[in-house]
Amino acid sequence: MATGRIRVVHYLNQFFAGVGGEEAAGMKPEWRPGAQGPGRLIESSSDALEIVGTLVAGDNYMAERLSDGVAQALALIGEHAAEGSPLAPDLLIAGPAFNAGRYGLACAALCQAFERSLDKPAVTALYPEAPAVAGYRREVMIVRAADSVLGMNDAIAALVSVGLKRVRGAPVSAATDPIISRGIRQNYFAEAPGAERALEMLLDKLAGEAYETEYAMPEFDRVAPAPPVRNLAEATVAVVTSGGIVPRGNPDHIEAASASRYGEYSIEGLDRLTPESHQSVHGGYDPTYANADPNRVMPLDVLRELEREGRIGRLHDRYFATVGNATPVERAVRFGEEIAAMLVNVGVHAVICTST
Amino acid sequence: MTLAIRRKRVGSLGPGAATALAGDRLTIDIDALQAFVAGRDERIEAVHVHIAAPGESVRILCAKDVIEPRVKLAGDSPGEGTTLILDGVAVVTTGPIVGFQEGVIDMTGPGADYSPFSSLGLVVIEIEVRAGTPPHEHEAAVRAAGLDAAGHIAAQCADVVPDRTDDLAWNETDVDAALPRVAYVDMLLSQGLLHDTYVLGRSAIEGLPRSLDPRVAIDGGIVSGNCVSACDKTTTWHHQNNPVITRLLDGHGKRWNFVGLVLTNVPTRLAEKQRSAERAVALVRELAPAGALVSKEGFGNPDADLMMLLRGLESAGIRTVAITDEYAGPDGDSQSLADTAPEADALISVGNANAKLRLPPMDRVIGPLPDVARLAGGYPHSLGDDGSLEVELQAIVGATNQLGFSSLSCREI
Repeated sequence: MATGRIRVVHYLNQFFAGVGGEEAAGMKPEWRPGAQGPGRLIESSSDALEIVGTLVAGDNYMAERLSDGVAQALALIGEHAAEGSPLAPDLLIAGPAFNAGRYGLACAALCQAFERSLDKPAVTALYPEAPAVAGYRREVMIVRAADSVLGMNDAIAALVSVGLKRVRGAPVSAATDPIISRGIRQNYFAEAPGAERALEMLLDKLAGEAYETEYAMPEFDRVAPAPPVRNLAEATVAVVTSGGIVPRGNPDHIEAASASRYGEYSIEGLDRLTPESHQSVHGGYDPTYANADPNRVMPLDVLRELEREGRIGRLHDRYFATVGNATPVERAVRFGEEIAAMLVNVGVHAVICTST
Repeated sequence: MTLAIRRKRVGSLGPGAATALAGDRLTIDIDALQAFVAGRDERIEAVHVHIAAPGESVRILCAKDVIEPRVKLAGDSPGEGTTLILDGVAVVTTGPIVGFQEGVIDMTGPGADYSPFSSLGLVVIEIEVRAGTPPHEHEAAVRAAGLDAAGHIAAQCADVVPDRTDDLAWNETDVDAALPRVAYVDMLLSQGLLHDTYVLGRSAIEGLPRSLDPRVAIDGGIVSGNCVSACDKTTTWHHQNNPVITRLLDGHGKRWNFVGLVLTNVPTRLAEKQRSAERAVALVRELAPAGALVSKEGFGNPDADLMMLLRGLESAGIRTVAITDEYAGPDGDSQSLADTAPEADALISVGNANAKLRLPPMDRVIGPLPDVARLAGGYPHSLGDDGSLEVELQAIVGATNQLGFSSLSCREI
């Protein structure tokens, strides 16, 4: 079957495949040769593709054992359209599933698993507020669909145009294609330099004309302060720094910017840090003064004094350090959660965080 | 005040018996230039001059600053007299690392798409300072050497016939009152070693915010001593070719009334940040613009200064557009800025600096290779066995310049 067309495997639930309604929702994934139901619309909408087979499964079967169901569906592709065989797919199209809960979930999960295991593109169509969108939009290409089957033709057109682009390696973006944004920022070369775009945007803004910001403000989360430490004189206090103070030689190879890791270092028996014992590896500030006296960023000297004076109960004998410089927020949140869990585990009551 | 700009396009660059222009070919007397740079500063131990041409398989590492060769033919203050510019070539300073923020310039391959300097003929001045030179002195010695070398090269070509001469006029009084009044706020990083900018010879830590004739700004009035992440540091070359100022001057009296430039700094302490933002807003208000364009340098804490400026300007009734880069993580799924404000509703993005790039090996490497892993945007595993480099865009000089010199942008997919 060497037609030169792009080979598509299509996924449908029992309803759209014409098997039946709720009474058939328990059916296991099955392979049907060629196009079924909406798959015929897909095929008739473009000469560039053909549907080599349709996977059909029941909504309940998939929703109740999602990873199992997805694995079975992938196994059916391996059985009927294996890599290297004449039917081996270039693309998976799932749905459209509109605003359906169970069906949408199965479509999104199958797309994700298909891309991961076969390294070929997949695309599904969902209503932007469908339940599966939030959990899968990052990884799965989802085109916009209406909330009901009335939007079938538009959804099919979007699936086909985006699917073909992806197979051909053409860029797809929320700015130019009918997809639900993946919430991922991606670089591209614009037509004009930034300064020129800025001046044009300013003129539009001054003239009261429509303009579109190139970066919409994100929502920042707010962290509620922890309750005060009741008795500092009995508390075990630890230090966590994002100021990049590490043992000389940087044993954990923490990066000067965009740190991918943090280190945990012993200060047991140390009264203060010295230029010989510690250094700054932070790339975002003048490190001269921190290298001359690392206590300026990781204040061990003062904390030992407070410990001797009995103003804090005990200084925890290990500290954590990373570099807070262009570090993605999501990664920093993970560092914080991991470090906090470890400190809570060993009975630390309070933490002093030093930054730069 | 008038400023005449004479431009001479340099078509090719190579070593020669004399530093001179013949036709559009610039030759560099390597030995003489080395001796000139080494002889003018006792802190300098050794100088090596290299030539790198566009398309050549060359990688320049630990590039610190880039300077356009220029010389004053008449007058001696920035913004007045006659300036000769050698177009199409630049001086790059490099040498052992001072901090972490020096960058990479590739003359070919995927990295070349991201740096405006990959398409220029480059005279690379590799400088080693005497052992024991403190970091601040090291930076100062390299900065001065680059400026003097660029001036020296241009001075040898003082008698060339320019390709074009422009009189930069800037007179806001004779402008059609119907044109929108537009001001420009240029944020200069000013935070200590490798984070400083110099305005008319003084560190931007002091004496800013201030108004400045925009022609002074692009005629040598602003010098970078600043090597914050290579991608978004404003090199001296970028100051000399500030794309906002050149465009604002170009369209002045035609599409807008460019009412003036305010320079502001980016201090390290919160109270100073607030004070600088307030004073900058007050200076902009004196110009009575309808709108203001704000450009940024650096990232992280400067995002807070930017937001303060935008809040202040918008609440004074001045509409704003700002140029910024993003740090959205290598996968593009993290928050891009360290601070936000609802007033920042018109931003130009010049790219995600965290995006990763694999740079293939080059035939020739200029600069200290072992320092690569320590660059901002580099990783411990940055240097591949085959000589390839895996870096973030951060490490490429000028990749996300926030004056908006280049076309890179970023969008949500």
